[in-house]
Amino acid sequence: MAMCIVVIAKENYPLYIRSTPTEYTLKFYYMVHTSLDVVDEISAMGKALVYQRELYLGLFYPTEDYKVYGYMTSSKVKFVMVVDSSNTALIFQKLHNSYTDVMCNPFYNPGDRIQSRAFDNTVTLMMIQVC
Amino acid sequence: MEASAGGGCGAGPPLLLSDGEQQCYSELFARCAGTVSGGPGSGPPEAARVAPGTTTTAAAGPVADLFRASQLPSETLHQITELCGAKRAGYFGPTQFYVALKLIAAAQSGLPVRTESIKCELPLPRFVMSKSDGERRIGNPAELLGTKVQIPYLTTEKNSFKRMDDEDKQQETQSPTMSPLASPPSSPPHYQRVSLSHGYSKLRSSTEQMHPAPYEARQPLGQSEGPSSGGPGSKPLRRQASLIRSFSVERELQDNSSNYLDEPWRITEEQREYYVNQFRSLQPDPSSFISGSVAKNFFTKSKLSIPELSYIWELSDADCDGALTLPEFCAAFHLIVARKNGYPLPEGLPPTLQPEYLQAAFPKPKWECALFDSYSESMSANQQPRDLNRMEKTSVKDMADFPAPTQDVTGDDKQALKSTGNEALSKDVSEDPATAKDCTSLKARPRSRSYSSTSIEEAMKRGEDPPTPPPRPQKTHSRAASLDLNKVFQPSVPAVNSGLLPPPPALPPRPYPSQSEPVSEGDLHPQLNRAPSQAAESSPAKKDAPHAQPPSKPIRRKFRPENQSTENQEPSTGGTASAATVKPHPTVHKQSSKQKKAIQTAIRKNKEANAVLARLNSELQQQLKEVHQERIALENQLEQLRPVTVL
Repeated sequence: MAMCIVVIAKENYPLYIRSTPTEYTLKFYYMVHTSLDVVDEISAMGKALVYQRELYLGLFYPTEDYKVYGYMTSSKVKFVMVVDSSNTALIFQKLHNSYTDVMCNPFYNPGDRIQSRAFDNTVTLMMIQVC
Repeated sequence: MEASAGGGCGAGPPLLLSDGEQQCYSELFARCAGTVSGGPGSGPPEAARVAPGTTTTAAAGPVADLFRASQLPSETLHQITELCGAKRAGYFGPTQFYVALKLIAAAQSGLPVRTESIKCELPLPRFVMSKSDGERRIGNPAELLGTKVQIPYLTTEKNSFKRMDDEDKQQETQSPTMSPLASPPSSPPHYQRVSLSHGYSKLRSSTEQMHPAPYEARQPLGQSEGPSSGGPGSKPLRRQASLIRSFSVERELQDNSSNYLDEPWRITEEQREYYVNQFRSLQPDPSSFISGSVAKNFFTKSKLSIPELSYIWELSDADCDGALTLPEFCAAFHLIVARKNGYPLPEGLPPTLQPEYLQAAFPKPKWECALFDSYSESMSANQQPRDLNRMEKTSVKDMADFPAPTQDVTGDDKQALKSTGNEALSKDVSEDPATAKDCTSLKARPRSRSYSSTSIEEAMKRGEDPPTPPPRPQKTHSRAASLDLNKVFQPSVPAVNSGLLPPPPALPPRPYPSQSEPVSEGDLHPQLNRAPSQAAESSPAKKDAPHAQPPSKPIRRKFRPENQSTENQEPSTGGTASAATVKPHPTVHKQSSKQKKAIQTAIRKNKEANAVLARLNSELQQQLKEVHQERIALENQLEQLRPVTVL
């Protein structure tokens, strides 16, 4: 099962990147990067940015059956997920919760890479779950 | 767990141990290993050979103690730990332990810490307990109990005490993380506890006199425990264990002045008190919580790296709300202290640091606080001399010192403390008037200053400061207010305090007794004097008026300066001021209200002082004028004398 989760900061640089299996990492990064344009496009449309936003790109490559989902928080932090299954809403919720826990840590400066082990665990859990 | 010599080492070479080494290492290992292996019961060298298959792991705590007892620098110890594979494996298995011991021996022999070093024949590693493990000079308590032991006793006791608690709790080793220290079985606790109490009483006395007591106590106990433990082999082991602990603790003391931070992530009473104290310094209400930013500033003073602090926060803030309640704070603080003492952070929050556990175990922060308040000064003096290294370590150490007395009293209760929490706590606190606690609080305050940054200390000091400023300005400005008027009237004089002119008018109304009198009266006096024509009538009236109507003073003053601008310049201001003081007196007597009389008395005094100062000021200003004139004259001369070479 291929999956990749990336947390992208407001300024569109990655805060956290994790992917399985690892040989697709580079490809995932590329996908995620290109998907950022779509995110911006949709956010520019000004629709319901506050709530869960799903960005469904559908089949990006016909040869590979994964979808790229996006989710943007109210502070313009984006979670982009490359999955090949579709229970994304829940995953994004969990991600978001975990991310807020990271933010609660006063030693975490927004904009730093996320090095929280709790967050890692959450992501791992989701990867395992989905995969 | 791989017992094969080479396997455990990871990258290390096959571990070849001589017999002596085998014996030594296995004993040490058995000592360090916890209840999993059955403790020193299996200590005897033969059994402790740690046959394969035994999933014994040495708890990191005693191992760390042992390593520190080897008197190697911590850097070396870290290297050794890494090399032996314990870091990788996350625990000290027999192989890792043996490799580590060999590396210690190598380091002590001066060889570099490398895996190659252990290939050669090495002497046995030496540990600072005035007896080397290698030689196994067990039967000599006298050697062991040197002066070196004295200090460690205090800490030792704590550690051993904590260990006892762990045993009682029967904490099993948690897999890769540092397991709570599993110490030898029950018999050591007895003697440890007793010596613990001795140690604590020693702490309390903070003298050396007590040292012999634990010293002696230890000896017979040590001997008695031998038989009780059921084996000659175990006796030395245990004694060594306690001594090792003591020495390692001593090292800790010397290095970090933290003694309770032993393995078990368990907060002792004194630690708890200290943490609560610190909590209260940050947040007076123990049932409330500390915000993230406040906690961040506080913990940043511990000089740990931000990622580590971030991780500690993550561990301790169980509800992830960005704020720390008291138990969370204690857990975080404990982790920080542990980290400062070199203990690697656990993967997860140890059960003993869970908020629920902490709340159950130490549910009484409130009356600790009350005790703190009541016992303020007593121990602080005692604690002063016990200044140890730095930061929270020192304060923690002190804190540890303080509670020593309490624990001394409740030595045996300590056992119950952990389990029952409340009652022991109450005993502790009630029995030993928390001189300790308050010392802690007091000590903690100055200690935290050593955080080398603006701490809560300074905030508190600052908090105390505001009340004082008002008097201070009085010395200068309030009286100078009248002088300022003088200066105002003397345009030639650089009016340094001219800025005060605006303030004085505002002052009299409010701080009437303090500032207003000198200010207003000072003004009034010259005013009255300078306007003799008006003074005759107005002075009494004004005298009465000021007393009766403070707010009107500024108004009057404003009038006066206009009228008396020239007159004020005279140095006679002082004289007139003094003369003016006479006038108010009769008028004062006319006042019937006692308040006015009191106020006038104060006014009088202030006037007198003001007059003196005014006189002084006028004299100085006259001098200043003269000097100015001289200067001008000199400059003129210079101009004349200087050859005209402009440009």
